[in-house]
Amino acid sequence: MIMKQKSVALVGDQAVAHAVRQSNVDLIAAYPITPQTIIVETLNEFLSNGELSARYINVESEHSALSAVIGGSLAGGRTFTATASQGLGLMQEVLYVASGLRCPIIMAVTTRAMSAPINIHADHSDVMGSRDAGWMQIFCENVQEAYDLTLMAFRLAERDDVLLPIMVNLDGFLISHTMEDLKILEDSVVSEYLPPRVASLKLDPERPMTFGSFALPDYYTEFKRQQVEGIENALRAAPEEWKRFEALSGRKYTVTRPHFMDGAEIALVSMGTSAGTARYAASKMREDGLKVGALSVRLFRPFPSEEVKKALVNVNVIVVMDRTVSFGAYGGPLFNEITPLLYGTNDSPTIANFIYGLGGRDVTWRMMVDATEIALKKKKTGEKIPKAQFLGVRE
Amino acid sequence: MSFTSLKNLPLKESLAPGHRLCDGCGIPHVVRYALKAVDDHSVVIVNATGCLEVCTTPYPYTSWRVPYVHTLFGNTGAVASGIVETIEKLSSEKRSQYFDVIVFAGDGGTFDIGLQALSGALERGHDFLYICYDNEAYMNTGNQRSSATPMYSRTTTSYAGKAIPGKLERKKDIIGIVVAHGIKYAATASISHWRDYMTKVRKGVEVKGPAFIHVLQPCQTGWRYDPALTIKMAKMAVDANVFPLIEVEKGKYKITYRPPKKILVADYLKPQRRFAHLFLPENDHLIRQIQQYVDQNWERLNKLEKFSETG
Amino acid sequence: MRRKFLSSKQKLKGWKEMEMGGTISTPGSSVDFKVGEFRTIQRPVIDLSRCTKCYICWAECPEPCIYRKEDGFVEIDYDFCKGCGICAEDCPVKCIHMVPEAE
Repeated sequence: MIMKQKSVALVGDQAVAHAVRQSNVDLIAAYPITPQTIIVETLNEFLSNGELSARYINVESEHSALSAVIGGSLAGGRTFTATASQGLGLMQEVLYVASGLRCPIIMAVTTRAMSAPINIHADHSDVMGSRDAGWMQIFCENVQEAYDLTLMAFRLAERDDVLLPIMVNLDGFLISHTMEDLKILEDSVVSEYLPPRVASLKLDPERPMTFGSFALPDYYTEFKRQQVEGIENALRAAPEEWKRFEALSGRKYTVTRPHFMDGAEIALVSMGTSAGTARYAASKMREDGLKVGALSVRLFRPFPSEEVKKALVNVNVIVVMDRTVSFGAYGGPLFNEITPLLYGTNDSPTIANFIYGLGGRDVTWRMMVDATEIALKKKKTGEKIPKAQFLGVRE
Repeated sequence: MSFTSLKNLPLKESLAPGHRLCDGCGIPHVVRYALKAVDDHSVVIVNATGCLEVCTTPYPYTSWRVPYVHTLFGNTGAVASGIVETIEKLSSEKRSQYFDVIVFAGDGGTFDIGLQALSGALERGHDFLYICYDNEAYMNTGNQRSSATPMYSRTTTSYAGKAIPGKLERKKDIIGIVVAHGIKYAATASISHWRDYMTKVRKGVEVKGPAFIHVLQPCQTGWRYDPALTIKMAKMAVDANVFPLIEVEKGKYKITYRPPKKILVADYLKPQRRFAHLFLPENDHLIRQIQQYVDQNWERLNKLEKFSETG
Repeated sequence: MRRKFLSSKQKLKGWKEMEMGGTISTPGSSVDFKVGEFRTIQRPVIDLSRCTKCYICWAECPEPCIYRKEDGFVEIDYDFCKGCGICAEDCPVKCIHMVPEAE
């Protein structure tokens, strides 16, 4: 049954804070960093007003933020933290411990460029730098999604067949500080959807266990293999959980979001807020008679290879938009995920990779059209997989 | 609870044999006495990366019979903070059994890489006991200097050569640092003085809020003495006033043990080959300098105690 | 003398048999790892006729592998003794002696 919902106007950070407030979280530890700051400020306001049942630790660094929630998670609690950019960088070694110890921590990352030079605006260089840390990664496109995907993340992460941490990525400022109308569920409805966590493995004097043991070469591989199983199970588990949520909210979520992809000959593939721009660009090009579709990748880790392949297998020209640079590599991270999927299929499509939107630089639908035109030219010249190129850079 | 004689100590061993610490290692004493002191409490151990962690948890073996967690080298204060806050909440909601949190971390994980996380945790006032086992260098990686390494000690990153006679800097005053946070209980202890140590552990666990105990733990591998002498080395450090036994309750300093027969610093240094170079004739003045610092520190502690008494 | 590590005889577990995340659910499982094999030079031997049951050896054994028996006497478990010699060094009545392993 679809539940009654309240329409409110919030910025993305506030929407995330509301989701956390409603989710029966036991421990929050976070260190403020732009553009995540509104999340921690809003949560502290809830706390002071008696609206938040969680314990809150105002830690002295992001390293400690994630460490503290690992402690809380191992003690059996539901935990949340949030960060961005340099904060995620400071957490780096702790990220691997959170996933390695199978702590279902939820972390909102308001994506932001990495220093130097210092910059506070959106790109994906922070989260992409952590893509192999064993965390799930979900990209939001707008404020509603930031709210919904945060709520849903807890259930997904805590499943015994998954039991892994999740980064919910919302583009800095573009979502974090942008006010939009959204629908939020009632507290009681969320509380029923997300009852307090019951952990199967936890620090318990009645059942003493050793967490964080030392694995030599005879066992380390097995732990990593076990972790792979958990994250791959999420490919099945995420749609299940999202369906459950759809039944409550009426809002449908899928691991990828295709738009005009049926019979499309050209596809614009992107993640996060640019997906909306790509859809608009596709519709504009459709007016000009080009068969363009757009594909938004919502779940980046685990990567939904089957869905992406299915969506792109009959497309001739693929434009992959990466909001980060993989220095010295042939292409960006999204490009590197997609290209091997299409090897040997459909007469091998042309796959053109564009680096765009770094440090918060605006990306317009016209730039997406330009990128498509470049890709079509490459198709004509027979350059199947050209090297990644910057979009909108001054020479 | 008072600890009158060894006969009356609990027999239960929370640290099982079969761990891979060196022969004559002083770390098990730090752990065993502490856990015997709080035998009637449910405890959870949080451990920093280091000798203790590596040697007690090689998968699939663990020497721990109480719940135990290790995560990283420099974050133990933060992990403990998260556990304490969560278990307080969960136990109050009857979702989990309450337990006390005891941290074990070496001097590297406490004085150096973990100092920020420790400081943050002390400032915020979470209720746990932090025990630093201080073997005066990074022993797990093979004896490199730490800020707890004493002056003129030879380590593999502060060689004693012709130009430089070992580590040139003095040992960091960690008690001074933790006391500056205004915590209710801080103390030093030695594995040679079990009664004093266990009494302090008891106080540390029972005090509301963070407590800190700095324990001297001789390391035969790094200090290079006969492994049979581990407890004797700890006792000599105390008797030479190199490692005075004190406690600081609500800011008030107290010397908890006064060596009845004070020995010279040189007597303590002599059996340790990390100080062998100091016994060359040309380095005699360095020993005199250490003795002078030790005497000054003892005098300082006596003044602090006196000041604490008179207010 | 036995010179074999139990670990080398143990069947290694596959990833499906392991607890999540390196967790070890058998407390004190290191008792299956007989570190007494590390001992190469000497071992302590107690002359119980002179033992005063002061329990200093019991308290100071780093393993710990000196146990207190029901009759109040102590006993060394050589499966775990690494031969450090602390017990012999600190025995106040000197009733523990280190003897060469060869004997």
